[in-house]
Amino acid sequence: MSDSIKEFAREYPRFLYRCFRLSFVGDWKYYTWMFLLSVVALFGLNAYAKQFVQGLVTTGMTDQVSWGLYIANFTYLVGIAAAAVMLVIPVYVYKNKDLHNLVIFGELLAVVAIIMCLLFITADLGRPDRFHHMLLRFNFPISILTWDVIALNGYLLLNLHICGYLIWCAYNKRTPTKKFYIPFVFVAIAWAISIHTVTAFLYSGLGARPFWNSAVIAPRFLASAFAAGPALIILTLQVIKASTGYPVSDKAISTLKGIVTVALGINMFLLGSEVFTEFYTGTSHSVSAKYLFFGLHGHSALVPWIWSAIALNTFALIALLTPASRNRWILNAACLAMIVGIWIEKGMGLIVPAFIPSPLGEIVEYVPTLNEVLVCTGIWAFGLLMYTILVRVTIPVLYGDLLVDKVYHTDPSIFEAKQSSSMQESAGVSP
Amino acid sequence: MQLPIMNQPEKTRDYAARPGMTRRSFLRTGTAATGAVAAIAASLSPLRELTDTDEFSVDRFLQKHYKEMDGQDMAAALERISNAVEKRYEVRPEIRDYKPMDGVEFVYALNLTRCIGCRKCVHACVEENNQSRSPEIQYIRVLEMPRGTTDIEQGNHHYERATVPSEDHYYMPIQCHQCANPPCVKVCPVEATWQEPDGITVIDYDWCIGCRYCEAACPYWARRFNFATPSIPKDKINPDMSYLSNRPREKGVMEKCHFCLHRTRQGKMPACLEVCPTGARKFGNVLDPNSEVRKILESKRVFVLKQEVGTLPRFFYYFDERDPINETNPTNPVNGGDA
Repeated sequence: MSDSIKEFAREYPRFLYRCFRLSFVGDWKYYTWMFLLSVVALFGLNAYAKQFVQGLVTTGMTDQVSWGLYIANFTYLVGIAAAAVMLVIPVYVYKNKDLHNLVIFGELLAVVAIIMCLLFITADLGRPDRFHHMLLRFNFPISILTWDVIALNGYLLLNLHICGYLIWCAYNKRTPTKKFYIPFVFVAIAWAISIHTVTAFLYSGLGARPFWNSAVIAPRFLASAFAAGPALIILTLQVIKASTGYPVSDKAISTLKGIVTVALGINMFLLGSEVFTEFYTGTSHSVSAKYLFFGLHGHSALVPWIWSAIALNTFALIALLTPASRNRWILNAACLAMIVGIWIEKGMGLIVPAFIPSPLGEIVEYVPTLNEVLVCTGIWAFGLLMYTILVRVTIPVLYGDLLVDKVYHTDPSIFEAKQSSSMQESAGVSP
Repeated sequence: MQLPIMNQPEKTRDYAARPGMTRRSFLRTGTAATGAVAAIAASLSPLRELTDTDEFSVDRFLQKHYKEMDGQDMAAALERISNAVEKRYEVRPEIRDYKPMDGVEFVYALNLTRCIGCRKCVHACVEENNQSRSPEIQYIRVLEMPRGTTDIEQGNHHYERATVPSEDHYYMPIQCHQCANPPCVKVCPVEATWQEPDGITVIDYDWCIGCRYCEAACPYWARRFNFATPSIPKDKINPDMSYLSNRPREKGVMEKCHFCLHRTRQGKMPACLEVCPTGARKFGNVLDPNSEVRKILESKRVFVLKQEVGTLPRFFYYFDERDPINETNPTNPVNGGDA
């Protein structure tokens, strides 16, 4: 036992170091991509430094609309993180063979999405330097925000453990020991549902905001997440396949497509239910919905957003339901449409309108500032950077190229030859 | 398991383990690393403008939550705050920590028949409580309401008239309702805001992390956030301060009406009441059977805003009535003063 601990203590830092080195190795496309992401991320860091010095006055938020793009992106990304479960459930519960070697990419995406969530929350805080106050006086279980802190960090740890353990085993050419990860996988399935439910309860628990104070928010969040998340994974897997040659079967894509179609259908049904309840009853509680869909007293900043979201989602749903989506380009267009459509629906369509009009009936519209947008794009770029690195180091491990006792070659000629030969083998971690 | 040994010929280099330093790769790596460090430093350059030493001082960082401070801690905190205020505003303030009095629960009652919408209360509040003048933070919002409705959605927030009141309207000032069931307190993740025994909901400005969840939770739009560093002209500072009320705030934290607790806990009236030219504002201890507010609650047909949200406000509105319940009782001071 102590020998294996010693071995771990020796090998694990070496493994991390090799991964670190590897993340700087690639072809010109890889360097260009990473360079661009770094530039955008640094612009974001610069914008955040300005915000840190001047305060949130650098954003478009006001006392009337006190949450904006940051919280919108946070909400969306919680959904992306939860959506990893749409790969995990087929593989671990239904023993799906096609997604078997791909599930790890969903879990890595969850890790990155949660880290991005935490960054968006930090960006939104007025006093991020007082973050430790959370540890000293934690208003649990009264404040739903404390539930969210537990849910998100717990989910991050679960996924870090699952991914880390499987990759570590593959690196060491070991068969993963089931008791070390299967229980965590099942906990993570329940936990994934909980992160988005708790995030929905943040909003739906506020009596002051009738627009949010609806029982359908949590189901809507889950449905939209299970549409947008797997849609993002469909696109990601194709990029991974094209850039690394990692095997992604058509059956895997079509399984995900089925999930996306059902989830998007449910999401649109729930949106319809919400719209009916708001407008048919016509009480004064529907004033935010009126503002969102049709404008109010000449103010209509959000109207184009929500209708483009509905148009994008409707296009995606029709494309997915008809044979047209057998064409890969149409499928990809539908995925892209719903990724954007749901982003708008959850951000500009759900977070912002609850603040307009204010609880005292004042209409103040929200327009994000350039600085705020730069912080957001910076966090997205940083997220993509992290994900690229994680995929970059995971794939050689899964191929059996980067192993504990093997020298790894990245001479471009050898690299390409390796790729094509490995494509034949059925690479992958065994869950 | 076989341990890693470089058992392969050295000419194939393990890129994932060793940089394999040649002169060229050393120069390349060195240039890239230097470039990366320079780029990060350039991105962070706005941080050089951080000049307020108190805002991020060690004492501030280690300061305890209000409820965990003992007398010594509080004395040290008040000293630190006094020094910071003196340094910034060149005024030596008198900062104290006023505690709630036993047997006191404050309520506010506002006579809508009397209010003329002059907004003197709004400005008196700003001056009393050292609110930021630019951008100006106001705790009180006066709505100009069309006659025939109490639906605040129909109020005008931005009325500008040469003279008030307008004959066709009545006026409804709204500020923190000091709810007995405050949603803002419930949602705060770090317990930076709480309800005191005398019914006043307060904020520890040194504990708030600025998440603005309370601002989203308040049905009366009573909370304000310091989006920028507050700016107050030096000659406008009110040096009579207390820890939980009107000491100057910083950027990134919430603030709100606290019923002027540095005045009211000493038996004085809130600034908004004192300045009111019509006597529309009434304030006092509801537990005292002889207090004016108690008489109003007992005799007038009072109402609260948004009763349906279940927050149990301590801020009541009423109109004068031609036929009050106790009109026949001449000893009732309410009829004497208000009819």
